[in-house]
Amino acid sequence: MTDTAVETRTPAQMKVSDEVAIQISNMNKWFGSFHVLRDIDLTVYRGERIVIAGPSGSGKSTLIRCINALEEHQKGRIEVDGTVLSSDIKNIDRIRSEVGMVFQHFNLFPHLTILENCTLAPIWVRKIPKREAEETAMHFLEKVKIPEQADKYPGQLSGGQQQRVAIARSLCMRPRIMLFDEPTSALDPEMIKEVLDTMVELAEEGMTMICVTHEMGFARQVANRVIFMDQGQIVEQNEPEEFFNNPQNPRTQLFLSQILGH
Amino acid sequence: MSDMHEHSVAYVRDTMIDQQPAPETQGGVVNWMRANLFSSLSNGILTILAVYVLWKVLSGVAPWLLNGIWTAPSLSACREILQGATGGCFSVLTERWNQLLFGFQYPSDLYWRPTLAFVLLFVAIAPVLFYKVFPARMLIFTAIYPFLAYWLIWGGSLLVPVTAAAGLVAGYLVYSRLVTMSFAAGFFGGIAAASLVWYLAGLVPFGGVLALEPVDSRNMGGFMLNLILGTVCVSLSIPFGIALALGRQSSMPIIKWICVIFIEFIRGVPLITLLFVASVVLAYFLPPGTTFDLILRVIIMITMFASAYIAEVIRGGLAALPKGQYEAADSLGLDYPQAMRLIILPQALKISIPGIVNVAVGLFKDTTLVSVISMFDLIGMIRGPILASTEWNGVYWELLGFAALLFFVTCYGISQYSQWLERQLNTDRR
Repeated sequence: MTDTAVETRTPAQMKVSDEVAIQISNMNKWFGSFHVLRDIDLTVYRGERIVIAGPSGSGKSTLIRCINALEEHQKGRIEVDGTVLSSDIKNIDRIRSEVGMVFQHFNLFPHLTILENCTLAPIWVRKIPKREAEETAMHFLEKVKIPEQADKYPGQLSGGQQQRVAIARSLCMRPRIMLFDEPTSALDPEMIKEVLDTMVELAEEGMTMICVTHEMGFARQVANRVIFMDQGQIVEQNEPEEFFNNPQNPRTQLFLSQILGH
Repeated sequence: MSDMHEHSVAYVRDTMIDQQPAPETQGGVVNWMRANLFSSLSNGILTILAVYVLWKVLSGVAPWLLNGIWTAPSLSACREILQGATGGCFSVLTERWNQLLFGFQYPSDLYWRPTLAFVLLFVAIAPVLFYKVFPARMLIFTAIYPFLAYWLIWGGSLLVPVTAAAGLVAGYLVYSRLVTMSFAAGFFGGIAAASLVWYLAGLVPFGGVLALEPVDSRNMGGFMLNLILGTVCVSLSIPFGIALALGRQSSMPIIKWICVIFIEFIRGVPLITLLFVASVVLAYFLPPGTTFDLILRVIIMITMFASAYIAEVIRGGLAALPKGQYEAADSLGLDYPQAMRLIILPQALKISIPGIVNVAVGLFKDTTLVSVISMFDLIGMIRGPILASTEWNGVYWELLGFAALLFFVTCYGISQYSQWLERQLNTDRR
């Protein structure tokens, strides 16, 4: 199901399957007494590319961190790939190994080489033989265009390179869903493009993706749905064309005018 | 550069400057002295003052060292040879060399056994300390070494350390079989299996099988005792310290509170109190007639003491790691033991190296405290049998200077190793 044939189609034309990848219903979360996420309902279909935008503190990062249980939700239901998230550690570990995550600050393991970063989880979680894991890792490092850095340490790479390694590291687990938590926010402007190019390529291969990002160009190019969040709620969601050209909610209009207008 | 007009703002570079070597610093002894020793009047005065103090110290110590007597049967004989001239009476070191190293009760014809154990110690720790140089296969010897060393130093039947090892192996096998079900089952199952093996072995009388002449714990002494206590306690307290540090961060309240109370209690008590507890008080709590080896009791106390400190050092290392490392490990689906072993601890321990070494060096020096509970370690030997003897009464400087030198060499070696290790592990900016 995940191995959809790679075809060169524009994102809007790409068909999304009817199969549900993630179903979130009536989900609520509090940090202490602060109500960060309020009544979130969201269904993600396999192959969908969703961009979540919104002002800082609107709960968008928290939302995707709930999907792989980095944050615990207190109310409601999250179902990922047919498994309901509960406090059962085995369930959580299984979901995490199916869901890749890319962080704002890369979070590579600084004491391991690039290659070891990429092979660690396949070897220990998937129990794949070392040789095979290294071949897979090199395959994905080539895909993100840095195979020559395989024996270096993360500290020797630029930010953009590190983020591409982080993407490759996630892909080595052959995830069915990828989550991106502001992947370009910590990068120099010159390096943003190389990371976005990698993400576009991934989207074109039909990966199910949820991206929290401020890159509206990326959203226009690959997303088939844009979600706007404010104060812990989904305020508006629509196809990118409609979302950018014809926003309905006044909060969305204000946000778009501020980030696109300058 | 040259084409810039005086008032124009616009500027376009047409050639890029290539990298050029940094200017060479001016060499020469005179230049160096002028820059570092006599850069100003006050610095010049301080330099001269320092040289004067250095001269005074050296001119006092040098004759004492160079004029030293290395062969004399007693202090009075020393003084006769010196005839009032300055000079150390180092012959106490040569005369009592074996006592300083092994204590005064270890059978002298068996000195080769602890000596061999000492030499093998280097073989055993080499693959741990220099894991890149030596093959991993040598770790097998490292695993055997504690049992071998025990057999060499204490003597007795070889089957005693063998059954001790067999118990551990049985415990580990049961643990690894059961741990897939749950950690608690593996943990307690392992302990039960090990105890069972030890209990069954205790029923078998193997007094004389493959026996070396036994030496009682009471007869251990000298620097050997310090080395035994130091090596055993350091190598035990690091794993215990890691366990306590992780336990203190645990989300399970009972485990967390056990660790917190243990650490806070042990840290709040002076080591010497714990040693007195080991030597005197503990006997009241044990059933009468039980013999619970004194060295073992002391090892337990010092290990507890050191592991509480090491736990806090490692907790600092754990806290210094960015939260992202935990999250990245979690998001890849690693479970808790994997995340700790592969991601968190390697980094946390690297950060903790200076602190751990600090505790280890302190602990090694603190092993001399056992002289207070009448064990004859190096300091105990010096203060007791040697200084109390009629021949050597009054030879303080030479003996205590020797003890200081011995400890300094060991501790400085540990410190240098740790700095080298830190450089080896520094992958951040290489």
